Amino acid sequence: MIPLREIAFARSGDKGSSANVAVFGRTPEAYRWLRDHLTEGAVEAHFRPLGVGRVTRYDVPNLEALNFVLTDVLAGGGSRSLRVDSQGKALGMALLELQVDFQPKK
Amino acid sequence: MPPPLKIANASGFWGDQPDAAARLVAAQPDLGFLTLDYLAEVSLSIMAIVRSKDPSAGYARDFVDVVRSLCPFWSAGGATRVVTNAGGLDPDACARECAGVLRAAGLSRLKVAAVGGDDVLPVLGSATGGFANLETGALLSTVAPRLVTANAYLGAGAIADALRAGADVVITGRVADPSLTVGPCIAHFGWSPADFGPIAGATVAGHLIECGTQACGGFSTDWLDLPDNLSIGFPIVEVSADGSCVVTKAAGTGGAVTAQTVKEQLLYEIGDPGNYLSPDAAVSFLTLRVEPAGADRVRVSGATGRAPTDSYKVSATYRDGYKAHGMVTIFGHDAVKKARRAGEGVLLRLQGAGCLYREHLIECLGTGASVRGIASRMSDTQLVETVLRVSVAADSREPVERFAKEIAPLVTCGPQGVTGYAAGRPRVLPIFGFWPTLVSRSAVSPTFRILDGTRP
Repeated sequence: MIPLREIAFARSGDKGSSANVAVFGRTPEAYRWLRDHLTEGAVEAHFRPLGVGRVTRYDVPNLEALNFVLTDVLAGGGSRSLRVDSQGKALGMALLELQVDFQPKK
Repeated sequence: MPPPLKIANASGFWGDQPDAAARLVAAQPDLGFLTLDYLAEVSLSIMAIVRSKDPSAGYARDFVDVVRSLCPFWSAGGATRVVTNAGGLDPDACARECAGVLRAAGLSRLKVAAVGGDDVLPVLGSATGGFANLETGALLSTVAPRLVTANAYLGAGAIADALRAGADVVITGRVADPSLTVGPCIAHFGWSPADFGPIAGATVAGHLIECGTQACGGFSTDWLDLPDNLSIGFPIVEVSADGSCVVTKAAGTGGAVTAQTVKEQLLYEIGDPGNYLSPDAAVSFLTLRVEPAGADRVRVSGATGRAPTDSYKVSATYRDGYKAHGMVTIFGHDAVKKARRAGEGVLLRLQGAGCLYREHLIECLGTGASVRGIASRMSDTQLVETVLRVSVAADSREPVERFAKEIAPLVTCGPQGVTGYAAGRPRVLPIFGFWPTLVSRSAVSPTFRILDGTRP
């Protein structure tokens, strides 16, 4: 198992009390792995401790990316949330800590 | 094919680097436009509160200093024009102030325009129905008496009109962030409002630069590995007549413009990439091509656009109580255990004093608290230090003020090793609820007005 950051980079940001986390393959092979394995369910399970609501995945093959929209993951967001990360700035980094079973082809 | 129009961003938010604009025009005097973004989702509510105490403070005053910093460049013949949403709640006042600065610098020839019409608070305030919250579906009547601001995200039309009328500095209130870039493109290339292909491309270009250095490696995953990451350059887009662009940055600046930095910024704060809704066009990012075009140059092309929807998005805010955050550092063995106990003690003492909170939170920073419960590789017992952060929220101000007085006593009644409390008492902050909704285009009339710069 390796951390996702070894095969992907990411970017997160907020929209009200929702956030998006975009994940990009570092190589075409890494992107194909993401596309086949990084499901809405896997991302929902990863962010469950934050009380995430619905997770929606959008595929962006031209950028070798997946964009996940996570509702209600910021405990109110922006001005309301009491959390230190009220704007989802850390969510991209948090997803990249996910341990994945990526086997590079020889 | 006319040469590309060079547009830079010199401010990604209210509080960004104050000397970015002057540095940009010094490094790259051939820029056609500078854009400066000051308004986040709840910025206008902060302005509303400040303005209630100081009627002249309804806009981002930092921008007036930016205009002052550009005067030597303009006096020496520089021709870069400026488009900004620094006008906030009061674009007219901001424009008058800037015109005064230009006059004092002997630059009365430069024209300042104010774009208005985004304030829809009267429309929402008098509504008997509708304007449901886009996120929750809640009815406006649940918050209507507490509304502070309601502003429509205007498009590029009035900006382009002001530029065509000869404005050198265009100051708006709430507009969609990419429209600060689309407006200059429409005026420069003579696009019609229905040229959705080129407008979609310019919208992508504007989205790419709206967050300042973020397009050049700021906030990027691999920030630590960037060249000269302590002086990352602000982004420049060279927009072509077909709406495609090359993203770059000024020579001699740090950071990098690569396919990676550009892709990260393309999907920043995006929902459905196939349907990015701006007031100027509905844009698909799914047809974009991102290609290297030389050192620190990335070409972005292929955006497709359709007609925008028949409504404007509105960002409304309402008063929603008060909050405060208190922090102290705790050093020593069992630091996290001590911090939690101390935090609980603060809340218990307040409960004993009869203070009621609708929400409270204890965080121990250093334990992975930013995303509590996810991906912490160290157990709490291994940590010799943590920052205790206690937060409360209440409908009224009094219990939150009382909370602010209960943090410092930890210095003497808490565990040995409590330190780092020098920042003083926590500040009591108003909470503004965010109310995204839609308003019909027919209820909104974007306007512009050019100030006469020759007299006060």
